[in-house]
Amino acid sequence: MALLEAQDVSKNFGGVTAVSKVDFVIPEQSIVSLIGPNGAGKTTFFNLMTGIYTPTTGTVMFDGKPLAGLKMHEVTKRGIARTFQNIRLFANMTALENVQVGEHTRLHSGILGAVFRTPSVKAEEKFADLHGRELLEYVGLRGKADEFAKNLSYGDQRRLEIARALGTEPKLLLLDEPTAGMNPNETATLTNLIERIRTEKKISVLMIEHDMKVVMEISDRVTVLNFGRKIAEGLPEDIKSNTEVIEAYLGKAYAEAVAKEKEKSK
Amino acid sequence: MANVMTRPLKLGRTPEVSNKKRRNLFVLIGAFIVTLLLPPLGSLILPGIGPTLYGDIIIPLDQTLVFVLLALGLNVVVGYAGLLDLGYAAFFAIGAYTMGFLTSNQTPWYNSFHLDFWIALPLSFVSAGIFGLLLGAPTLGLRGDYLAIVTLGFGEIVPTVFKNLTTITGGNSGLGGIKSDATTIRELVGGGVLPAGGTRQAFLDDTWTWWYYVIIAVIILSIFLILRLVNSRVGRAWMAMREDEIAASAMGINIVSTKLIAFSTGASFAGFAGAIYASTLGTANPSQFLFSVSILVLSMVILGGMGNIWGVIFGALVLGMSNSILIPNLTRSLANLDPNNAFLQNVATSSGFMIFGLILVTMMLVRPEGLFPSGRRKMELRYEDGDDIQPFVAASDNTVEGLDKMRSINYNPSVTEGDGTSGRKKK
Repeated sequence: MALLEAQDVSKNFGGVTAVSKVDFVIPEQSIVSLIGPNGAGKTTFFNLMTGIYTPTTGTVMFDGKPLAGLKMHEVTKRGIARTFQNIRLFANMTALENVQVGEHTRLHSGILGAVFRTPSVKAEEKFADLHGRELLEYVGLRGKADEFAKNLSYGDQRRLEIARALGTEPKLLLLDEPTAGMNPNETATLTNLIERIRTEKKISVLMIEHDMKVVMEISDRVTVLNFGRKIAEGLPEDIKSNTEVIEAYLGKAYAEAVAKEKEKSK
Repeated sequence: MANVMTRPLKLGRTPEVSNKKRRNLFVLIGAFIVTLLLPPLGSLILPGIGPTLYGDIIIPLDQTLVFVLLALGLNVVVGYAGLLDLGYAAFFAIGAYTMGFLTSNQTPWYNSFHLDFWIALPLSFVSAGIFGLLLGAPTLGLRGDYLAIVTLGFGEIVPTVFKNLTTITGGNSGLGGIKSDATTIRELVGGGVLPAGGTRQAFLDDTWTWWYYVIIAVIILSIFLILRLVNSRVGRAWMAMREDEIAASAMGINIVSTKLIAFSTGASFAGFAGAIYASTLGTANPSQFLFSVSILVLSMVILGGMGNIWGVIFGALVLGMSNSILIPNLTRSLANLDPNNAFLQNVATSSGFMIFGLILVTMMLVRPEGLFPSGRRKMELRYEDGDDIQPFVAASDNTVEGLDKMRSINYNPSVTEGDGTSGRKKK
């Protein structure tokens, strides 16, 4: 069964159609990549998946229930977590606190519990602490629990965002350009981490990514958007040789040249 | 789960941290003892200099401590949750009038219903909290400047409402006859501890020293409550909201309820402060809760160091004492220089605010992050421009040297090291 299923989804901003009639499926425990040139509507589509925008037409079903009308924090509670294209950590909180904020929906203590610190609240806080540290270790931030988020290196901040998202115990993790600005080493580590999240934690991943090496390496499926329309979808190898995709990225002339080459070699 | 619990996790906990904690604990206990001993020592030492001097200090000190309580509460709203509240005096007023309605013998219902101070005190706390919810609700969609403007409005409306409810509040002349706890615990303590006679009588007469201990007790209770809240799931949600509302909401935090809780919690402590304030003076008057009170408390929070309880307490003490002891004494001595000089008299009476403003400006220039900033706030104000797109890049190079390096890149290449700019750098 599909974890997330979008049917005929469109989003208009005034007269501009940012996303137009897109059908989209994320199977359970899969890594799906969303690619496309700048302005293709990727981030808008992403925001439709997380409830920041409500689609103008069409429906998005997550885990068998519609997402429409839910507030952002309710979507998170249902099991969708995300990272941001421009890192949006809680800069003046420690790495551990950042992850613990992620655990917010999975904890329950309220004001009275906090004031009286009942045994159940104590146990919960202890769990939040241990679980938070474990997640930090999982993404490779061992020993940095008490560092302020803003003092971490760029790559560490990206990883901390993922740890924080994992803190919400999601079923689906949305990564908005996770490797942007990383060096090849960091990119390789992160690619490996995403793969591990899928296999070890059994979480599906949807990512927007510009680094084709990463996309082709770990995606089960790739969806290509251009001008708000879905122009291709399929296995990474198929997308690589898809004429329309090459055209969108490299121009019509180049695409025709590639097509001719193909004809010749046949 | 199982392996989480069994694995020894000692990540990032260094001995240095625990030493620091121990040192802080000593400082705290020391401060506590000094606080307790202050009035007896003061009354022992000061009467030798002049009989009124002790009263000159303990009364403003009590009032300053009420402002410490206010600053602690506002710090929850502004420092932790990041909501700029410019109408905090409204909740101060609500606390004061709640105490008045419940205990004053001038209310129309006094004969059928009134309560003891110690029962009215927690009720004032609750009542201010409830009004925090009510007044907070309309502001939920707002943030930043817009929220500040709306709270400013509330700050003006609430005292005006009390002013115009003349039948129950006495209007402009205020609601008098508010009971202190003169007949209850104070007598119990005095009667139980002190032998009958002169000492007990002196204790019972000296209400201001008694109030001093009452307020200190309430402050300690408040610190305890606030620390518990801040170091909890609720407190983390407040701070996350302050740091980045969108990211907080994407992490599953309900911004609406989190804001309301912060607003209401902060208001509750103003309820404490208002109740005690009205009770010490025996009266509640609309003119005690003007906009200037909100601003004074906000200055205390900012000056002390937003988001740090100890800093805020210290800031409140410094500003409160300069406002109630230092400045009046300065202006008085200025006026005494030449009692016949009309111009000097004029300057002396009107220079209070100028001196206060001067203190504020100087302190903000010298330490913009506050006297005792939280570790968080320190770096934020000193080295960052608050831009939320690139706050993370090159944090290590945002030092003074780093900035100079950046500047030197922008310098005109024709300007060589020998010119005026290098002299400043060498400093």
